[in-house]
Amino acid sequence: MTDTLTPVAAPPALSATRGAISRTLASRPALMTYILLVLLILASTMVPRFAQPRTATFLLLDVVATLLMAMPMTLVMITGDIDLSVASVAGLSSAVMGVLFTGGMPFGGVVLICLLVGLACGLFNGLFTAYVGLPALAVTIGTLALFRGLALVVIGDNAVSNFPPAASAYATGSFGATGIPLVMLPVGLIIVAFAVVLHMTPFGRTLFAMGHSMEAARFVGVNTKRARLLTLMSSGLVSALAGVFWTLRYSSARSDNATGLELVVIAAVVLGGVSVFGGKGSIWGSVCGVLIIGVINYALRLNRIPEVVLVTITGLLLIISVVAPSVVASWSAWRHRRRRAREIDSTITTAGALSA
Amino acid sequence: MTDTQTALPRADIAASARTRRRWNPRSLLSKRESPVVLALLLLVLFTYLANPRFLAPQGLKDLMLNATIMMIMAAGQALIISTRSVDLSVGSALGLTAFLTGTLFATYPSIPIIVVFLAGIAMGAGLGAINGLLVTTARVPAMVITLGTLYVFRGVNSWWAGSTQYFAGDRPDAFGNLSVSLLVGIPIITIIAIIVIAVVTLFQRYSRSGRDLYAIGSDPDAAIVYGIPVGRRVFTAFVTNGALVGLAGVLYASRFNSVGAVTGTGLELQVVAAAVVGGVAIVGGVGTAAGAAIGALLLTTITGALTSVGVDKFWQQAVVGGLILASILIDRLATLRRARNLRKATS
Repeated sequence: MTDTLTPVAAPPALSATRGAISRTLASRPALMTYILLVLLILASTMVPRFAQPRTATFLLLDVVATLLMAMPMTLVMITGDIDLSVASVAGLSSAVMGVLFTGGMPFGGVVLICLLVGLACGLFNGLFTAYVGLPALAVTIGTLALFRGLALVVIGDNAVSNFPPAASAYATGSFGATGIPLVMLPVGLIIVAFAVVLHMTPFGRTLFAMGHSMEAARFVGVNTKRARLLTLMSSGLVSALAGVFWTLRYSSARSDNATGLELVVIAAVVLGGVSVFGGKGSIWGSVCGVLIIGVINYALRLNRIPEVVLVTITGLLLIISVVAPSVVASWSAWRHRRRRAREIDSTITTAGALSA
Repeated sequence: MTDTQTALPRADIAASARTRRRWNPRSLLSKRESPVVLALLLLVLFTYLANPRFLAPQGLKDLMLNATIMMIMAAGQALIISTRSVDLSVGSALGLTAFLTGTLFATYPSIPIIVVFLAGIAMGAGLGAINGLLVTTARVPAMVITLGTLYVFRGVNSWWAGSTQYFAGDRPDAFGNLSVSLLVGIPIITIIAIIVIAVVTLFQRYSRSGRDLYAIGSDPDAAIVYGIPVGRRVFTAFVTNGALVGLAGVLYASRFNSVGAVTGTGLELQVVAAAVVGGVAIVGGVGTAAGAAIGALLLTTITGALTSVGVDKFWQQAVVGGLILASILIDRLATLRRARNLRKATS
């Protein structure tokens, strides 16, 4: 079951650059980009009221929380772990934010403490996973309940909504006529930061190595425990930030904010090409995964297509995204075998002709 | 892990079974299910001491009724997790079968109850077969497939149900009475659940295909090399789990007043948590359906227990989370100790 790495036919020997370019153009992130572009074009031409600045505002605001959580989730899942507690961390951070702000704390301090709470949640997950050696899936199912429970302890049934107008305005505002939300600036910076860490640093390479084989990574000298702790801590921190944004966006701090978002994040990330067994994935792929689901949802909702279809399409996309590569892989493996068989045949005939 | 749980050659299994016949009181303590049973007993005892009304007939009945549906689902999930897979679509599958039950009774008021049970179980098994087929033929992780079917099944459910809801009044009294009447002090749906869980546990322990599931979970590659039909066994596990979820869906319609488009939403992670608490390791190869069911009983009991000793209701979920973490921690420590003892014994 666990082995998705079916043998794929080796690419024919091309010149190095042509090989690299065609590989990039055929890679999973590129494929996701094409799908996203096609969807955007289809939606703009076929869905009335889609091609206008307001779409950018609402579509992006809807996906910001998912997009933020998807970044560390990509790292965590590439190392072969998983974090199911992200939505609960967001809920806890939202609850803490509500209580502290009502308690009269200055807004900046409140946000800082929320982020520290998130970091502590990530530390907790990381210590149990990396240092105690428990499977991340089990630990974060536990903390999914625990952090959501703590959110209830902190704020109970209450909802807090009187946040500073400036902060709420920032969370929902956009850059003038472009329609792009103001928050996309910090969110974009965070995406770039995660992309740099994952794809351009030695640390990022070790995450891929760990996903392929934790043991092998340890033998070549990677501090696997620290790396797992750090990725899970980044997940806690960013999830808490997503919780702060969620609170401001819907101007309501409640214990049940972002409930159930963990599976949406994982679905988006997997759609973007991250393997649940680790070792595979990219930040750009995950961004596309989040946006694809966002565009489909938004376009269908503009068409007044009920939630029903949205949910079904999300599920089908997810299934297709994992089934299709394995179908393609087995097809190309079959083609490879057939070509090999033909080559062997022809060698045998030529050898026969020579000896005759 | 323990010697009986790993994939041993058949002869060794037979040999260890023979030695196991000599009853050893210490073996009772070293069972994977012991900590959770102990925790449950202590919880019930202390809650009873603090508030004797906790074990009054009505309290006891509620306790069992609340746990029944989770227990069946956790038992099914134990089958799946022991093969190193997971089924996240169970909440949605439960919603579909519960709604099917409501629809059948509303459309054919005189339909025999047993037919509804069979229809629910068959539908659950069908949904399980979809998961099983996708997982075994496409060779992709069960977690992703079942996350996908979680959404698809839920979508189908909301498309089918729309804003329709069926209430207990739409169903015959005899059906609703299944979760009201008692047989030797136990609600009938709980008796059904206990019988089913016992059968599944015996299957896991004594049947060849049941043992194969553990072998697959311990080491899938070794299971293939050994000649176990891995695909067929995993498929069967998914179908069986689906059938159990189908049964749980029918019982849900008996137990709860309304079934509609959102019935069972979000149950999946609670079910997995219950199985984990009950000693089913998430990495596969160990754990029993009975253990998972006791885990579900513990998780549902703790809420009632906390209420009856007057713990603030807002603390309940945090306690549940702490309990899940404590149980996996205890399991880890026990595994480490066992490994150390084994090493000592062999050196």
